[in-house]
Amino acid sequence: MVQLKVNGVQRSFDGEPDMPLLWYLRDVLALTGTKFGCGMALCGACTVHQNGKAIRSCITTMQRAAGSEIRTIEDIAVNGLHPVQKSWMEVNVPQCGYCQSGQIMQAISLLNEKQKPTDEDIDDGMSGNICRCGTYQRIRAAIKAAGGERA
Amino acid sequence: MNTITNVSRRSFLQGALSAGALVLSVRFVPEALWAADTPSGSRADQAALHPHVYVGVDTDGTVYIIAHRSEMGTTSRTSLPLVLAEELDADWSRVKVQQAMGDPRYGSQDTDGSHSIREFYEPMREAGATARLMLLRAAAQQWGVPEAECATDPHVVVHKTSGKKAGYGELATAAATFPVPKKNELKFKPQSAWRYVGKGQASYDLEDICTGKAKFGMDARVEDMVYASIEHPPVLGGKLKSFDEKGPLLVKGVRQTVVIDPFTPPHHFQPLGGIAVIADNTWSAMKGRQKLKAVWDDGPHAVYNSDQYKKELQKAARQPAKAARNQGDVDTAFAQGGKVIEAEYYVPHLAHASMEPPVALADYRDGKVTIWASTQNPQAVQEVVSEKLGVPKENVTCHVPLLGGGFGRKSKPDYAAEAAILSKKVGRPVKVVWSREDDIRFDYYHTVSAMYMKAALGTDGLPTAWLQRSVFPSIGSTFNVNGTAAGAGELQQGWTDLPFNIPNMRAENSGAAAHLRIGWLRSVANIYHCFAAQSFADECAHAAGRDSLEYLLALIGPSRIVDVKKSAPDYPNYGGSLETYPIDTARYRHVIEVVAEKSGWGNKNLGKGQGMGIAVHRSFLTYVATVVQVEVNDQGELRIPRVDTAVDAGLIVNPEATRNQFEGAAVFGTSLARFGEITATHGVVDQSNFDSYPVSRMNEAPYRTNVYIVESSAPPAGVGEPGVPPFAPALCNAIFAATGKRVRELPLSRAKLGA
Repeated sequence: MVQLKVNGVQRSFDGEPDMPLLWYLRDVLALTGTKFGCGMALCGACTVHQNGKAIRSCITTMQRAAGSEIRTIEDIAVNGLHPVQKSWMEVNVPQCGYCQSGQIMQAISLLNEKQKPTDEDIDDGMSGNICRCGTYQRIRAAIKAAGGERA
Repeated sequence: MNTITNVSRRSFLQGALSAGALVLSVRFVPEALWAADTPSGSRADQAALHPHVYVGVDTDGTVYIIAHRSEMGTTSRTSLPLVLAEELDADWSRVKVQQAMGDPRYGSQDTDGSHSIREFYEPMREAGATARLMLLRAAAQQWGVPEAECATDPHVVVHKTSGKKAGYGELATAAATFPVPKKNELKFKPQSAWRYVGKGQASYDLEDICTGKAKFGMDARVEDMVYASIEHPPVLGGKLKSFDEKGPLLVKGVRQTVVIDPFTPPHHFQPLGGIAVIADNTWSAMKGRQKLKAVWDDGPHAVYNSDQYKKELQKAARQPAKAARNQGDVDTAFAQGGKVIEAEYYVPHLAHASMEPPVALADYRDGKVTIWASTQNPQAVQEVVSEKLGVPKENVTCHVPLLGGGFGRKSKPDYAAEAAILSKKVGRPVKVVWSREDDIRFDYYHTVSAMYMKAALGTDGLPTAWLQRSVFPSIGSTFNVNGTAAGAGELQQGWTDLPFNIPNMRAENSGAAAHLRIGWLRSVANIYHCFAAQSFADECAHAAGRDSLEYLLALIGPSRIVDVKKSAPDYPNYGGSLETYPIDTARYRHVIEVVAEKSGWGNKNLGKGQGMGIAVHRSFLTYVATVVQVEVNDQGELRIPRVDTAVDAGLIVNPEATRNQFEGAAVFGTSLARFGEITATHGVVDQSNFDSYPVSRMNEAPYRTNVYIVESSAPPAGVGEPGVPPFAPALCNAIFAATGKRVRELPLSRAKLGA
């Protein structure tokens, strides 16, 4: 039995311990904001926070999630939208939007580590997250705006 | 097409009733997207005033507008309803966009070919103006004043002299008693009064996307559903010999395996066949599938080896072929001499690789099927499911959630048919989830092409003769077993429409056998045709010792309408008439001039390893010129600091969405130019995920793309695709300027660009 906290709620899971967290979130808990993109940690669509840090839920087994606190896109807007969500909207980042949950989770993690990231920091922090629609320059602008910089 | 009839004066159904009935059985399906249509019709249908299939106005003032095209990131779900809201003079904040199910009464729902705005701008305006006029007449009658004294402000009718006002909601019931006005009675707003069109509007779904609430096809859920992962034959047309179901059944959560029959050629939108593993969750289905030990009879397409095939295409490209356009006398002109240059180009197969792989949920019950599919074409879902299951099309209901990208792949609903077949066999709702590997290995691929180019340059350096020849397996092979020859629809895309002012010109083409499923990918044949023609134009400029941009303008020549039909009788012009959408060289020239000025062409001191390249192209009736700036270091590593793109797409409904599309097109173009390559060995596709089929990441994409929209009152044209074609040649032309190395084969990852 795997115990973990998801978006502040204590959960227990008695399924296969090698099931990736992604499918537990999506299929079992119906938290579908976290997306499936590649299953190999190559695209970042499945990014969630484990104990405050961005991880790829598609390769994180339930066993490895045990005992940790998981936070998904659904729990980021608490008292109103998160500043990163706000700047995402101001910059009008998304096109299809499918990768954007992962992008936002990754960006929050990046900004937690570095409030005013440089272009290089943003490249390093965000290049694991693919956007096939190609919204990268708006993602960069939104991260800078959220960090307090005028883009 | 969309005849206007007063289809409904039904009393308003309580929202709770219509939505609630569905929620009982479909627990997780949110009202916002998928309860738009109930068994008794759409919310727009049920509204108090419903003069047109696209719109309903309710007594509480809510305006329901139907989005009948699929939303895959181009913002058509926002922009088309916005056009209707404009002419209705509705307050956008009181508009509820309702996604349509597949239904021919909405007209074409096939969301590809960059024609949503082009085809539906007028019908949307008419629908809005129709509803507005009826509301206005209701108010005039209520107040006993002439209609001419009434006007509208957002969501209210106003009597100009008395200042009386009445809201749309309070007028809706009375308005519905009026006959639907005829088209010639309608009055449209002058452009100066527009509040929404041309102003820039964010996606209707923006906040839902940023909060994870937006529902994509991947997110569809219904009670009692099971999940399927399908092992397809590795080679197209392969047949199952044997498999072992014991392994999968040992996996916890796996329920059963189901064989799906192979297709009967042509493959069209039919499933590929294979073995589905059915399980309680996606993971168990995928894990069980790995233990199938399937054995296949590969069939005739096992001969397909990309290395060998490439040589055959290139060889064919050197041989005379059928002329698709012929003007003047190329052979005589070549015989007269001049400086002759020749070049060959090659573009490999590409995969769509939208972030959301193909996915569909189907629920078959008693001869009826309900489907939630990430599809660009819900009516095609109805057709293929109807054929495969032998049920009437009317018994196939197709809901259209948001698409996590499409790029043309999701026009082909093979995966939706798989879900329907499986649901019927399993007796439960089944959700088919393709893995990334399935997506890349079993795509409807962008074709593979070889181009041969030859020009004779006169004393002024301009061509006296121009011959271009392309060879590729056609999209026609997907619909016809003998469909090897290219269609006019492919040849119009950058081949028969060449706008150059050259007296002697011939565009030729040969077909080739297809060994994979060939489909359309964002901008389609324009990709390789534009790559060859615009790269070769740059080669001619270099051979003539002239500036690339100045030479390109000289090639296009004076402002004129190109009489393309004279030399290419089959030219279809993307389905638009040549009267409305001529090939206008003035518009080519203008986008070049705009991008020249904005990019600082010719005025920049570029350092070592830096260069700028230009390309211009008209596709989907839109004119685009792109300048790419590139840096290449001694190791051959590439950086794209800046892209400038000028766009003339006629009237622009949503400039914000347009900028987004062209910024994205530069990244899409970067992906295909730098990395895009699908190959096959013995008929099996070699690539499978983003490691072997890379697409641009942030650090590889252009750092900055500037989009300049040309103000135009010309009829609206496409914006989703036209940004893609000029990107790759502009990039390769920039690489030549930076390094002196001419790239004639994509992708660039195969080229050696280092010192």
